[in-house]
Amino acid sequence: MNRHAPNLKAQKIAGGVHSDVRHDSAHKHVAGEAVYIDDIPEPAGTLHAGLGLASVAHGVLKSVDLSAVRAAPGVVAVLTADDVPGVNDISPSGMNDDPVLADGKVEFHGQPVFCVVARTRDQARRAARLAKIDYEELPALVGIRDLDPATARQVTTPLTLKRGDAAAALRAAPRRVRDRMRLGGQDHFYLEGQVSLAVPGEDDEVTVYCSTQGPSETQHMVAHALGVASHAVTIEVRRMGGGFGGKETQANQCAALAAIAARKLGRAVKLRLDRDEDMTATGKRHDFMIDYDVGFDADGRILAVDYTFALNAGFSADLSGPVGDRALFHCDNAYFFPHVLAKSAPLYTNTVSNTAFRGFGGPQGMVGAERVIEEVAFAVGKDPLDIRKLNFYDEIGVEGTRNLTPYHQKVEDCIIQRIVAELEKSADYAGRRREISAFNANSRFVKRGLALTPVKFGISFTKTESNQAGALVHVYTDGSVHMNHGGTEMGQGLHLKVAQVVAEEFQIDLNRVRITATTTAKVPNTAPTAASSGADLNGMAAQDAARQIKKRLADFAAERYGVPREQIVFLPNRVRVGNQEIAFDELVRQAYVARVQLSAAGFYKTPKIHWDRSKGRGHAFYYYAYGAACSEVSVDTLTGEYVVERTDILHDAGRSLNPAIDLGQVEGGFIQGMGWLTTEELVWDDRGRLRTHAPSTYKIPLASDRPKVFNVALTDWSQAYEPTIHRSKAVGEPPLPLGLSVLHALSDAVASVADHRICPRLDAPATPERVLMAIERLKAEAAPVPTPAR
Amino acid sequence: MGRGAGLPRRELRFLLNGEAVALREARADETLLDWLRLRRGLNGTKEGCAEGDCGACTVLVGRLGRDGLVYESVNACIRFLGSLDGCHVVTVEHLKDESGALHPVQQAMVDFHGSQCGFCTPGFVMSLYGLWMREPRPSDARIEKALQGNLCRCTGYEAIMRAARAVSTYGEAGRDPLAAERETVTAQLAAMRDGRRVEIGEGGGRLVVPASLDDFAAFLEAEPKATIVAGSTDVGLWVTKQMRDIAPVVFAGGLRDLQAISEKDGVVTIGAGVSYSEARDFLGRRIPALGLLIDRIGGEQVRNMGTIGGNIANGSPIGDTPPPLIVLGASLTLRKGKQRRTIALEDFFVAYGRQDRAPGEFVEAVHVPLPAKAAHFAVYKVSKRRDEDITATLGAFHVTVEDGVVASARIAYGGMAATPKRAKAVEAALVGRPWTQASVEGAQAAYAQDYQPLSDMRASAEYRLLAAKNLLLRFYMETTGAARPFAVKRYEVA
Repeated sequence: MNRHAPNLKAQKIAGGVHSDVRHDSAHKHVAGEAVYIDDIPEPAGTLHAGLGLASVAHGVLKSVDLSAVRAAPGVVAVLTADDVPGVNDISPSGMNDDPVLADGKVEFHGQPVFCVVARTRDQARRAARLAKIDYEELPALVGIRDLDPATARQVTTPLTLKRGDAAAALRAAPRRVRDRMRLGGQDHFYLEGQVSLAVPGEDDEVTVYCSTQGPSETQHMVAHALGVASHAVTIEVRRMGGGFGGKETQANQCAALAAIAARKLGRAVKLRLDRDEDMTATGKRHDFMIDYDVGFDADGRILAVDYTFALNAGFSADLSGPVGDRALFHCDNAYFFPHVLAKSAPLYTNTVSNTAFRGFGGPQGMVGAERVIEEVAFAVGKDPLDIRKLNFYDEIGVEGTRNLTPYHQKVEDCIIQRIVAELEKSADYAGRRREISAFNANSRFVKRGLALTPVKFGISFTKTESNQAGALVHVYTDGSVHMNHGGTEMGQGLHLKVAQVVAEEFQIDLNRVRITATTTAKVPNTAPTAASSGADLNGMAAQDAARQIKKRLADFAAERYGVPREQIVFLPNRVRVGNQEIAFDELVRQAYVARVQLSAAGFYKTPKIHWDRSKGRGHAFYYYAYGAACSEVSVDTLTGEYVVERTDILHDAGRSLNPAIDLGQVEGGFIQGMGWLTTEELVWDDRGRLRTHAPSTYKIPLASDRPKVFNVALTDWSQAYEPTIHRSKAVGEPPLPLGLSVLHALSDAVASVADHRICPRLDAPATPERVLMAIERLKAEAAPVPTPAR
Repeated sequence: MGRGAGLPRRELRFLLNGEAVALREARADETLLDWLRLRRGLNGTKEGCAEGDCGACTVLVGRLGRDGLVYESVNACIRFLGSLDGCHVVTVEHLKDESGALHPVQQAMVDFHGSQCGFCTPGFVMSLYGLWMREPRPSDARIEKALQGNLCRCTGYEAIMRAARAVSTYGEAGRDPLAAERETVTAQLAAMRDGRRVEIGEGGGRLVVPASLDDFAAFLEAEPKATIVAGSTDVGLWVTKQMRDIAPVVFAGGLRDLQAISEKDGVVTIGAGVSYSEARDFLGRRIPALGLLIDRIGGEQVRNMGTIGGNIANGSPIGDTPPPLIVLGASLTLRKGKQRRTIALEDFFVAYGRQDRAPGEFVEAVHVPLPAKAAHFAVYKVSKRRDEDITATLGAFHVTVEDGVVASARIAYGGMAATPKRAKAVEAALVGRPWTQASVEGAQAAYAQDYQPLSDMRASAEYRLLAAKNLLLRFYMETTGAARPFAVKRYEVA
């Protein structure tokens, strides 16, 4: 952002809200000049840490012999639980179940047991392998497959949502289907792994440059582990190389370890995990086991649903409680359930503690909703899209009776009908449905499938206190602006959007607003950048700060030029004061000379929301974001291999702050959701070892996995129902479950081998193997001996 | 050139961007990525996985090949310094012009919103740069192929594709600095090749770049415990992931004499140092199915580094080239010192992790008889993800039918046993039978005799066996010319 003379005649500022501005760092990304934590010039004498990981899934540490580690070349220190000066815990839930380093016992294969600090990273990694640890192995639960959600140990209090009398309505329902589905987890696979660089300061101070989505929480955890006050710890992050929820709580361990080592040794210490260590030792999206029991009428209208969402929490609570909650909050997706009972069961296992991942349980809830839709459709012999439309919540403006969620919030802004109708038309759903039927009738081995699935996603942290944000805005005497806020940049363009808001507010060109690194020293006590809330919260806080300064400038101008306050108007790069125009920069200079404060801290808290978890009632979400996707696949019925032929998406970002950025979020979110439900398979062996711990074995989508035809659009007519920042809507998480259209298109193709008479019950991830096995099952069920209808 | 041509040279020489580098110190297992980042402060090249799968570390390496100077994308994370003697390393820092203006590839990525978090972006830029220099107006299929080795977790790739299609509207590949400086760089690289063996370090820690094939053979005979590195797409991981001590290391990747590929009397001979990329078109023109298979091995960076010789020599049960080469009746030339012997490829694979290769011996060449015109040949790879994935099961089929009857059948699979292995019971069940679906279905029963595959993270035993059997049916159907399609394809290939 070079300094140049602002255009004082402009009709419009450059880079205001609702414009397609390029990512502020794009020119640095492409040149390799964007600085990530590992690129920061290291302070002289920086040391490097490596982790020693547990090699059993559950066991007592009988003896930990680290003498060979200490003696290895370059090793400066080795830390164990005993070296944690404060509390050996980084549990975000306050449950004291997340040790920084294992103490006395290990609860998953890959749990960090010790941390070795050496002169080079290579030395630290090599030394870490020399430990001799004896375990007394204990029985290990290495997954939830064989657990009974009703009786198995839970890591935290589950949630129950209840409206009406599901049991009675199910008994009375003309039709009823129940089953269990399994749904895999997902590794974040942010391209930049976990990394922290801790630099000791004076007294007990430490600054940690950390790839974290939640600098304030990282600050608190580091202080907790160091046993110092929060004011001694500063966390800074300019940008992350991807986060997706994986750096919300999971960044804290590296930060704490680097900080402990830096304080102990009085030198800067960096800890950057190798990809295999990162995937082994840090949490992922929860895998689920979903029990459903649905009652419906002959038309396919759902009458009642009973759900149990069992989720693999891993060995500690971390965020599993709220993740399970959000699964329940989305078990309805866009559908009204007249009677509903839904329970979560966050189950303890001896695997890594699962955590936030884009959607935070919401997508898993929707997978349960869409399975139920599919079951109903097959049971009544209709196209699943017809069943979807039949069960939608009442449309916005309709004062009907089908608008209450399972958590008793009234859905007031439902636009799914219009989105689906528009998409159905633009994607030619009906025409292609006929074509596909004809194709399948004539194709022996390759079968096509089609599905159109909706998304309704609730926006707000369900933890009410997280719905607040702060910002700090300085206007310098030359009229340039320094902007800071509590949100973090992980590629989603948050800083850019907030800068657009500030530019819009001051009516100055975007390049007059400087984006700066997030630091706990400038804006304190912030929520993690999560729950899609970044722009909603921080945009509002920054707007508030800008407005305070703007008001002071206007008051000053009114007084100085003796014009009424209403005659002060901020025009592009200038201010109209009565009948004259003054350059913004000039007015700022004059205000400074007149000793007007040109800095402000802004604040925002989301209105209207409340949530009573014990009662399962409340206005949990400020509003909903909507979208829909239509996907077509081809499946090879001999091997289960498939390709996505085409996907059409229509997504609602309200009045988008930056349509180009939001389009990227929608495209990227869809592909990430598709990957989760198709090729991304996490496999643990019976010893609890993760076998898919690197990209060689864990397969996220490639460019060649994109739909061959990919039409993505934002609704150009929607705007937030509530007064959000410039009536935009959150767009981080909602597009991810659009990937469900691919799962259901695959299911549709599978169903064709049995003439669409049997619900394929295709579990996810739908790898070629699962697809082929589903095909085989359907062929067997459809063939010689007729199976009784369910 | 003589063997070692006198005293060894004690420094590695290569070009880094615009600078001539002479390294007198380098660890045998030092990777280009670590050297760039830790020693040269060139932080634009990123580490995403340290195993050649994500592409965040992509750089271009220019080398003098058969057709002169070529620049290829490679994974710096698993590329050893010792393999760079006489090469030109180009990193993302070299792309802006003197005025600081972005390169056409960079500008297109910016304008089309091709980056979000930006961490993978330098790697994408370098892969697209390599593509653009070869094919200024690539098809979508070609772009996807060039990006098979680059993972992006943010964008969903669509924006990157838009950028890739548009690069040539931002500049002309012919005017690119690397094209303009081609002759100068060629001369510089040629001058670095002084015909001497390069040795860095002492004794067991040595890094050796032989002067010639004969020098390589002699060195290996003298030091049979040395690790042979050709493309380092496997050995690289021994270092970055297993932290194995691989020294002394002898780098065979630059040996011109190992890089010949030729056809004579219906037999293609591939030098052990020929990379997948170099072999691809030569083989693909003669045996299209092999070309298409090569397109699905690793990403482009891996194919630019990895060699067919290495794929064979490391003996992996999931190497993709051995099964098709076995069914074609390929043979290997093994060499130790001056002694050569030739064996059938299928006899090379003795057991899991064990090959018929004596200490000090190396694979010099593989000889692949071309299938007869009338023969049916196919190879099918099944994996969780179509591209850049490791095989769950891979079937290769070579069948001749005379008068409607199977005259000969050679069938082999990867991923089904401890080594690449022939399906001899299946073959026996087919030979002499009419080439009909009934015969094929009868032969499918024989798979259980040939294979008892394992269950692992890539596939279950049950799936492997079922998919393997079904591949025979697919093969049969394809030979009949009956109504298509028999398999899903991303692109229709002529």
